[in-house]
Amino acid sequence: MAPTARPTVAQPLSPHLQIYRWTWTMAMSVFHRITGTALYGGTALVAIWLLALASGPVAYSYVAGFFGSVIGRLILFVYTWILMHHMLGGLRHFAWDFGIGFDREKRLAMSRLTLIGSVALTLIIWAVALLVR
Amino acid sequence: MAQEQIRQDTRVSIRTPRARVSGLGVAHHGVSHWWLQRITAVTNLVLMLAFVVIIANMAGRNYAEAAHIVANPFVSIILILALLSVTLHMRIGMQVIIEDYVHAQATKIVAVFANNVYAVLVAVACLYAVLRISFGQLA
Repeated sequence: MAPTARPTVAQPLSPHLQIYRWTWTMAMSVFHRITGTALYGGTALVAIWLLALASGPVAYSYVAGFFGSVIGRLILFVYTWILMHHMLGGLRHFAWDFGIGFDREKRLAMSRLTLIGSVALTLIIWAVALLVR
Repeated sequence: MAQEQIRQDTRVSIRTPRARVSGLGVAHHGVSHWWLQRITAVTNLVLMLAFVVIIANMAGRNYAEAAHIVANPFVSIILILALLSVTLHMRIGMQVIIEDYVHAQATKIVAVFANNVYAVLVAVACLYAVLRISFGQLA
């Protein structure tokens, strides 16, 4: 096969993210990836927490102290919201995998529900956790 | 070298080379990643909700109480299943992101390798910790 020379003229490129007007479905799709990436990094926190518990009372007191602090609680709160958002986003993908919810109204409603539902679930979880305590 | 062997080798299997690669695609894995991502998504859904309940129960407790909760056989098993499900899911998810955005071959190989290392590291660390806490309570 003859080597193909790269054309010197500027060829048109397909438009990327910054070109498009933001829509609900696009925003929630991007957010699904961002939350997935955040959870990916967050598993390191779970590993640190479990390893501290396995290491003994001294190590655990440091880690438990951090997660009990204002910054620690804020991280856990945001982590809860990210987890719920990714979970509801995943449920949306399940609906699509089964061929449900492709029409305009449904996909818009499901996208909004992902955001509203994740905030609601996070608040419910924290309210229950704090009230039971 | 490939040209030397004109007739297909049927000593091992009578399946034709065409049949052997059918449905596997360019990744040579077929849709296995796609399926595993859906399957682990379902298991994540159940296991992570249980995980949230466990974590919420442990908040503010001292070391002995916290270790006692994790050492409970049901809690240990749920935690182990959750970490396996999650690390499998996140490994595939991050690989998809890498394959979408990293196009230079060398960088991509390094990134996918690093992704695998991270996923295995998290999985083994969590597994070791849960088992140690769990078995440690027996002594």
